[in-house]
Amino acid sequence: MNRWKIIEEWIFKIISFIAAYSVVIILLYLLIVVFNKGVGALSWEIVFSLPEGGYYFGGGGGILNAIVGSFYLSLGATVLAVFIGLPAALFINVQLIRLKRTQNTIRFFLDALWGIPSIVYGAFGFAVMLLLGLNASLLAGIITVALLITPILVRAFDEVLKTIPVELQEASYSLGSTRTETALKVLFKQGFAGFITALLLAFGRGIGDAASVLFTAGFTDNIPVALDEPVATLPLSIFFQLSSPIEEVRQRAYAAAVILTVIILIISVSARFLSKRYSKNSIK
Amino acid sequence: MVNIWMRGGLYILLAIPVLIGIGLYWKAAPLLRHESLANLLFSGKWFPMKGEFGFLPFIYSSVYVTLLAFILSVPLCLFAAIYLTQFSKQRLLNFMLPVIDILAGIPSVVYGVWGILVIVPLVSDKIAPFFGTTSSGYSLLAGGIVLAVMCIPYILNMLIEVFHTIPVGMKEASLSLGATHWEMVKHVIIRKGFPGIISAFGLGIAKAFGETIAVLMVVGNTLNITLSPLKPGYPLPALIANNYGEMMSIPDYDSALMFAALLLFVVILIINLFFRYFIHKTEQV
Repeated sequence: MNRWKIIEEWIFKIISFIAAYSVVIILLYLLIVVFNKGVGALSWEIVFSLPEGGYYFGGGGGILNAIVGSFYLSLGATVLAVFIGLPAALFINVQLIRLKRTQNTIRFFLDALWGIPSIVYGAFGFAVMLLLGLNASLLAGIITVALLITPILVRAFDEVLKTIPVELQEASYSLGSTRTETALKVLFKQGFAGFITALLLAFGRGIGDAASVLFTAGFTDNIPVALDEPVATLPLSIFFQLSSPIEEVRQRAYAAAVILTVIILIISVSARFLSKRYSKNSIK
Repeated sequence: MVNIWMRGGLYILLAIPVLIGIGLYWKAAPLLRHESLANLLFSGKWFPMKGEFGFLPFIYSSVYVTLLAFILSVPLCLFAAIYLTQFSKQRLLNFMLPVIDILAGIPSVVYGVWGILVIVPLVSDKIAPFFGTTSSGYSLLAGGIVLAVMCIPYILNMLIEVFHTIPVGMKEASLSLGATHWEMVKHVIIRKGFPGIISAFGLGIAKAFGETIAVLMVVGNTLNITLSPLKPGYPLPALIANNYGEMMSIPDYDSALMFAALLLFVVILIINLFFRYFIHKTEQV
């Protein structure tokens, strides 16, 4: 009996050991394959030039249109998301501080909203676009991506705001400040590290998402100069180039995948770094 | 003034799901007016040119790849989470947490690229010959594997969080009574964390069900109702993503695609609400 206990212990320890390390290996393998395939095809030309004539048949040029386009799109969407999300997150944590039930219900809905797939946002964005009479454009893309990332931004920021002690707010009120002043000057400052993390998280999600911009942003070989022009995005650029039968074009898709991965890695690493750095300034 | 802005932001945010539901329903309504819901969901006839829209093959493919991803990723995630939180040194967990977090942020198109580079050749050159058949590699199995890998960081993250909420005192009590580590995991961790574990799996399923680009790239996109995982399939999100270009030229086609989006939205929202509620309730107790 006792011996079986020990054998069972060993069997399951080994199984879980294998499981944990195979997860690590699978995920590392993924990155290695993508980098290995893409770095060879990577060149300055791909990063810093626009597609030239016949680019999609193996002609010269690069994917600067998609890189800049993705940044424009995600930046616009993040600004819009901050405009809606920042006050909403502060509102939940200042005005509703005594209404725990309401707070929890709102958090519950936002969490559920986080799970909605981006293709649904894309289809909805398309419906809105038709309703407003817009074409597939930077503006339509920004609105759609903003819808997608606002819940993420709010929930991530809110997670930090809710850890701020109530006493800090009370101290602010006792000095005669209004709720708005408390929200902007105490809560926002104290939660600034969390705000930066939330911002970068949302921005990264916006850059990486393909399904939501598929209908709404269009695709172009140029860098847009106005909001009503179509815009190319990096994930879609990878997707389109990969479906080409020409080997050279596919190679560039791998290179583009490396560029996208590196951008995302930089964003997530700097989010961690900045959040550590700014959290030093907050009152413990 | 700022007060109104803050309140307004929150209202806009809470209105988003309602607006999505109404908007998609409004666009899908022309189709729902002359087709019964049962007919749309359970008919296998998909001939948009003739005005016949049966979503069964798409629903079948979606469910198939999701279940496949579930079967492949769940045991791996569960045991990995047990190892990382219970058996390994704290140092490994401290190293893994940010890594998992960062990997969860890798865009799905990159997973798709990996799928095309690794999984598709694996299926066509190794797995299909092994079973004595041929396959192009673009198959339900490839879709399932890519989805499983995509879900790993997501599910693992939630599981680790669940296991961390279990009080240390409980584990110690179990160990002090002479239980082995594994017995402690079996009787304390799994049992106490059960609602959380189920919820993590449920939310993982919801994520897999709605995933678009990565699956679209490897699943083959052919109408098919088949038991064999080596045949191609055509999940719902792929249908929407592939056909937006031509949807304006065929009558009712746009309504059909919007109906597909509505279907995804409703199913995933319900799964999400259910399991979030589950977590919510257990967190408060």
